[in-house]
Amino acid sequence: MREPFDVLVIGAGVVGCAIAREMSRYQLRVGLLERELDLAMGNSGRNSGVLHGGFTYATGSLRAQTCVEGNHEFESVAAELNVPFKRSGKVVVGFTDADMKSLERFKARGEANDVRGLEIVDKKRLAELDPSAIGEFALFSPDSGILDPMAYTVALAENAAMNGAEFLFGREVSAASRREGLWELTASGETFLTRWVVNSAGMDSARISAMLGIPGYVLRGFKGEYFVLDKKAGAFLKMPVYPAPDEKGGFATHATPTIHGNVLIGPDSYVVDDFADFSSRKNRMDDLVRDGLRMFAQVKPEYFIRNFAGIRPKRINPETGEVLDFVCEARDEAPGVINLVGIESPGLTGALPLARRALGLLAARESLKPNPSFDPKRPARPVFAEADGQTRARLIAEDPEHGEIICRCETVTKAEILSAIRALPGAKTLDGIKIRTRAMMGRCQGGYCQTRVARILRDELGLPTEGILLGRKGSKMFTGSVRE
Amino acid sequence: MKKEVVIIGGGPAGLAAAVKLRERGIREIVILEREENLGGILRQCIHDGFGLTRFRESLSGPEYARRFIERVWALDIPYVTEASVIGLGADRHVTAATRNGLIEYEAEAVVLAMGCRERTRGALAIPGERPAGIYTAGIAQAYINLHNMMIGREAVILGSGDIGMIMARRLTLEGAKVKGVFEILPYPCGLPRNVTQCLDDFGIPLHLSHTVVDIKGRSRLEGVTVARVDESLVPIPGTEYEIPCDSLILSVGLIPENELSLGASVVLDPRTKGPEVDEFFRTNVPGIFAAGNVLQVHDLVDFVSLEAEKLADAVARHLAGGLPPRGGVELSGDGTVGYVLPRRVGGAEDFTLSLRVKRPFRNCEIRVTQAGHLVKSLRLRKAIPAEMIRIPIRAADLAGAGAPAAAGAPASAGPLEVGVLC
Repeated sequence: MREPFDVLVIGAGVVGCAIAREMSRYQLRVGLLERELDLAMGNSGRNSGVLHGGFTYATGSLRAQTCVEGNHEFESVAAELNVPFKRSGKVVVGFTDADMKSLERFKARGEANDVRGLEIVDKKRLAELDPSAIGEFALFSPDSGILDPMAYTVALAENAAMNGAEFLFGREVSAASRREGLWELTASGETFLTRWVVNSAGMDSARISAMLGIPGYVLRGFKGEYFVLDKKAGAFLKMPVYPAPDEKGGFATHATPTIHGNVLIGPDSYVVDDFADFSSRKNRMDDLVRDGLRMFAQVKPEYFIRNFAGIRPKRINPETGEVLDFVCEARDEAPGVINLVGIESPGLTGALPLARRALGLLAARESLKPNPSFDPKRPARPVFAEADGQTRARLIAEDPEHGEIICRCETVTKAEILSAIRALPGAKTLDGIKIRTRAMMGRCQGGYCQTRVARILRDELGLPTEGILLGRKGSKMFTGSVRE
Repeated sequence: MKKEVVIIGGGPAGLAAAVKLRERGIREIVILEREENLGGILRQCIHDGFGLTRFRESLSGPEYARRFIERVWALDIPYVTEASVIGLGADRHVTAATRNGLIEYEAEAVVLAMGCRERTRGALAIPGERPAGIYTAGIAQAYINLHNMMIGREAVILGSGDIGMIMARRLTLEGAKVKGVFEILPYPCGLPRNVTQCLDDFGIPLHLSHTVVDIKGRSRLEGVTVARVDESLVPIPGTEYEIPCDSLILSVGLIPENELSLGASVVLDPRTKGPEVDEFFRTNVPGIFAAGNVLQVHDLVDFVSLEAEKLADAVARHLAGGLPPRGGVELSGDGTVGYVLPRRVGGAEDFTLSLRVKRPFRNCEIRVTQAGHLVKSLRLRKAIPAEMIRIPIRAADLAGAGAPAAAGAPASAGPLEVGVLC
């Protein structure tokens, strides 16, 4: 058995990685257990990639607090972690008197939440803000932004790993018990001892919470599907365009530019029982196109490159169905447990503020010594696609592997792929390379580069052919060799 | 570096263009190829049937490519492999990335010969889960024929494109079970010879008017649901059935690969998705030419070579200042025709009209007319979308023939129209 950990975080989503990173500021032996084989395989990689303003959440709620706090600090976070980010602004468009009332309500709520710069704009100003937006008027939130949720999760994880956190993938926690003042976690046949457990298990957080002695939470899965559109459509959209929310504050399908220039259409929202069902459904896809066209005229089949889905695990009151606030707690009856339940949107925006609150709960219960070697900066890795001609020439001169373009659509070099595999924690699957480099994420969806990426992964990790995985456990790409 | 001609792509189009250009005395040529070897997609096409038109022999893809590569060697034509063109300007400035650094060219003429890419699941928006085991036919072919990686044991093939049918046979030969080819249209999309030789001869069923409506499996593919479609290609409720399989091969169309062209402001034809060219394979951007699958998706590589050789003739004339200005006679097809190429001609020279019909016809007549006057008629026992139809048009048959075309002036007799009569 391994040496006991001081802190074991369950879940390598954006919040879990942020927690591991914040914990690594102190002299703590930090580990992270993840059931999937890589980072951001749950909802952290299945969302709109929006840095939310925070004007829709109940004033004083943990959602609102962490969202606004995370929003305001993101320039410095992005600089520290070297992640792409743009404060694009966002518009919520309306057509009717009821929409206007709703937008005014959200403007007032946003101001109460300390959201900066909110204004109701007329049709003319809306057209100036984003010529593609369709609406009579809009609520403009200049502080909303867009980021790459996968890159952000990876950056948090890499910074945590740099500062000593240990990432353990393919470990699904199945049992937990107290032993001599420690937690003993059983995960995929292995046993781990730790003084503290942090439940950041996202969709699984209610089950883990119960396992750790805090039963009673109920999560309801609100699934949302998306279309990813070609960058050719992205040229038409400057900022996220949302329709005015309904009575309950829920947003219908919207159009969001990604930080890399694509457009996301979605998500819709429907309740599912199966939290592992990320399938796309025909009727939902048809509806997305119909609803998407109300926001953005470029929802055309020639721009379709991919579909995906996420499932927002909302904590609800099981009696009334009412959606409840995020939970971030430590309870006396569950010693050694920091419990985060029902974290979903805006968990991406609020990841670091949530992590600081988790850390605060720990710090309130024992004195922490700073980690003297902690470095908050995660060094930038060269991105060939974003470099100018001179920089490209220099990159190739420094490392000839930059002269080998592997992914043509996204202009990803072999050096970038190798760096993704050699990183800590590094990519072990095709999806792992995809989320770190964007290879296979472009319009041809790996048509040119997937064979190359698969061979680089095999050669670099020394895998047998049948050991090459797409993403999840068991997602074998090959049944073996054609000839032995 | 200054070049007379930079050829982007060392596949069949680029190779044929290079050889022909050199034969016409053009010295300063370079072929830029992103792969380790010349040959393009032919390298993975290890089946036979190539060259029947061009060489009157049945060759494998690599053998066919070899014929041209040997000419490239014999003629000492420069080429750079592992060179990815990452920039092309309307000023014909070409930037290629290689392990030895960026190479920059100033070209008098650029030949676009980048070929095409495959349509993906995402482009079709096929519902279902997203497990491993879903491959486009070309990727499956590369894994099996080039990389010795076996992609599955029980396959379903969606789409009856040629590569899909060829992969049905290939998988069968490697011991996999191909459970069927499902085609949404009421007729096959690939060539009749492939239906016979790849499916019928191996007892692989072809299900027309069927499509995949769901995909199951969270790690590796476990099965697909197929359904019959109605005349509007919409799945008919109640006709669904599930087929267990570990792989799904997509052969659902090819798209000319024109990202570089767009960067150089080359205008594309929405029908072909390739550059809008005239009879000299000129795009709208002066000095930029296109041929092969980057221009229009061909049925046979032989025609790619022939087209690229014609392009080379035009490029050689262009370099000598001997091409007339871009002509003003427009060409278009009616509702029976998928596309016509070229989209404009001067009318002073003979040219070959390429087209595809939109649906199958029997005992039909393809008519090329100009202001109601019949320019050319071609009677065919059958015309199918899978086959590219090539019709030689004589300048002498066009209205206003004989009179030298005024520079860029539209011919007074008006545009050429192409249609199928049945």
